Amino acid sequence: MSDARSAILARMRASLGQRAEDAARRAAVADRLQRAPRGIVPQRGQLDPAARTELFCKMAEAVQASVARVASAAAVPGEVSAYLKTHNLPARVRMGADARLAAMPWAGEPHLEIASGRAEGSDLATVSHAIGGVAETGTLVLTAGSDNPTTLNFLPEHHIAVVRESDLVGDYESIWDRLRQIHGKGVMPRTVNMITGPSRSADIEQTLLLGAHGPRALHIIVVAD
Amino acid sequence: MHITSPAFKDNARAALDDDALQRALGNVRSGFIGKRAKAAAALPEFEQLRDAARDIKDHVLAHLDLYLEAYADKVEASGGHVHWAQDAEDARRIILGICEAKKARTVTKGKSMITEEIGLNAFLEEHAVTPVETDLGEYIIQLRGEHPSHIIAPAVHVNKDQVEEDFRRVHTHLDPARNLEEPTTLLSEARAVLRDKYFQADIGITGANFLVAETGSSIIVTNEGNGDLTQILPKTHIVVASVEKVVPTLEDMSQILRVLARSATGQDMSVYTTLSTGPKRPEDPDGPEDYHVVLLDNGRSAMLGSEFQEMLRCIRCGACMNHCPVYHAVGGHAYGWVYPGPMGAVLTPSLIGVDQAGHLPNASTFCGRCESVCPMRIPLPKMMRHWREREFSRNLNPAAARYGLGLWAFFAKRPAVYHAAMRLAIGTLSRLGRRSGRFASLPFAGGWTRFRDLPAPQGATFQAQWAKKRKSA
Ligand code: SF4
Repeated sequence: MSDARSAILARMRASLGQRAEDAARRAAVADRLQRAPRGIVPQRGQLDPAARTELFCKMAEAVQASVARVASAAAVPGEVSAYLKTHNLPARVRMGADARLAAMPWAGEPHLEIASGRAEGSDLATVSHAIGGVAETGTLVLTAGSDNPTTLNFLPEHHIAVVRESDLVGDYESIWDRLRQIHGKGVMPRTVNMITGPSRSADIEQTLLLGAHGPRALHIIVVAD
Repeated sequence: MHITSPAFKDNARAALDDDALQRALGNVRSGFIGKRAKAAAALPEFEQLRDAARDIKDHVLAHLDLYLEAYADKVEASGGHVHWAQDAEDARRIILGICEAKKARTVTKGKSMITEEIGLNAFLEEHAVTPVETDLGEYIIQLRGEHPSHIIAPAVHVNKDQVEEDFRRVHTHLDPARNLEEPTTLLSEARAVLRDKYFQADIGITGANFLVAETGSSIIVTNEGNGDLTQILPKTHIVVASVEKVVPTLEDMSQILRVLARSATGQDMSVYTTLSTGPKRPEDPDGPEDYHVVLLDNGRSAMLGSEFQEMLRCIRCGACMNHCPVYHAVGGHAYGWVYPGPMGAVLTPSLIGVDQAGHLPNASTFCGRCESVCPMRIPLPKMMRHWREREFSRNLNPAAARYGLGLWAFFAKRPAVYHAAMRLAIGTLSRLGRRSGRFASLPFAGGWTRFRDLPAPQGATFQAQWAKKRKSA
């Protein structure tokens, strides 16, 4: 209701002792939105590429994700099969229409069944491609779309996420830069997921348990390129 | 929600006598403090980030009207709807309106303190809409017909055996002979039961940790993933957020994110930080078709420009209560409304009135631990003192306190009389308590000695010792 909107905004201005048309205030707000200053960025992630990858893997493992590093995109299907086998899972995954995934040699894994589209409640394992990873905290970043439907990240028991080594960055801010490059300033994909380890809860007597509502396991495949 | 803050003293007394609660509170005392300290120590920039986080929110609050306008424009540009609610009643009416338009029968809910603040669940139930809490802790307390006792660990007052009892009572479709000894089996059971609910729900309601003005995004930060299933599976997503949640940019959000989880649970980062912007796009195979944001004021605009403005920096991390000796002793329910602990002691009187919540700012030892850990550097003790002053000037203090202060004033103005009285009192108490050095009970001090001993005074008065030291120096 626009009445409520004007009433709330008018009350705020009165409390702050400000007038709506104050040009200096408007300029301050416009400037900050435009410049998006970075603030304090931790040194921790500011490393050369090799050390950054090491840190990303270490931080992800520290939050109970498992990490496999493979030499090239061609090795991803084999790694997916191997993961399913070691975890006694059926040879079946679901994935979206991501072009990078589609270009991988899945035919080399003839037993692996690949379903496509958004996840269903019964999916045990899914594969999605991240747009990047943040070494600072071992955080994956995934964006919504037909390439990588968001449900793939939350519904399965095992979520396998592929990320290119060259897409690993030191800090969250570098991810925002990249999103602005892809989508334009101030425009976002419908959903951006920052994922740091598998789902967990400590709601029963503050005991940490994995696999609350989201995946019980997060397996990250880091692809050298 | 029925407000019991006026009965804080009785609530606190009952809490101290509640053995199950005292057992559960042990988990707060032992768990959170060490984890936060470790996470903070592991990040050299942590203290600088606290300053940065504080400055960002101060800047936002000084320009709150303008950032909200910018945010609302962006939400609408991305195809979402923004609703402005002046108070709790407005917000409930708006949400029910959306439920009715969508003919919704069940709604799933992510964890949201704001929906507690507006008493949403009871209201929806009265209007034939069934709310289902999906955060494990929230689900447990919904089954128990209770309210959260902690802002990030809502069921921290409940023990495992109580959860088991509740699950057996409610999940009657499952084998009564099943083994629920282990916390993992309880978790799996909740996971399975709630899975179906996500798919059945017509609407998902979540709160927001941040609203980003630059992009029109709402952000939730969770560990379980329940908030995400709540907001991507149903056809409609409603975000309910209070006005001060807005931040300018993604960079500003990142600054505050870096202190949020570390202060709350000692994680570097919570598992899921999700940014949602508008409804799903034509090419999206999943996500909601409709996206609504309800912006709640409910007294906050009046806090701007007042001595309580800084409280609006709060990011609901819970560190202040995790470190509070009063919270450790009595738990969250004693505070009698939605927000417990030091942040509740400041915020509750602002939102529901000091005449209802006047006891809360007194529930403090002024030890200052809350302020020392608050990531947003909110001067909580100072603000509790402001409330005490207001309460006193409005004559809201109980007669005993006013009488006591009057008595103290009499002595303070007459130092000679004070010294004589002190010498007499200390002499008497130390003679009486000579044996053990403390009192397990004392006439007129039962309120103190019931739950702790009073040390017997040792030696002369402070002023006598001071005089002696100076002479010998
Ligand atoms: S007052 Fe500070 S410590 Fe307490 S919940 Fe708010 S931000 Fe956290």
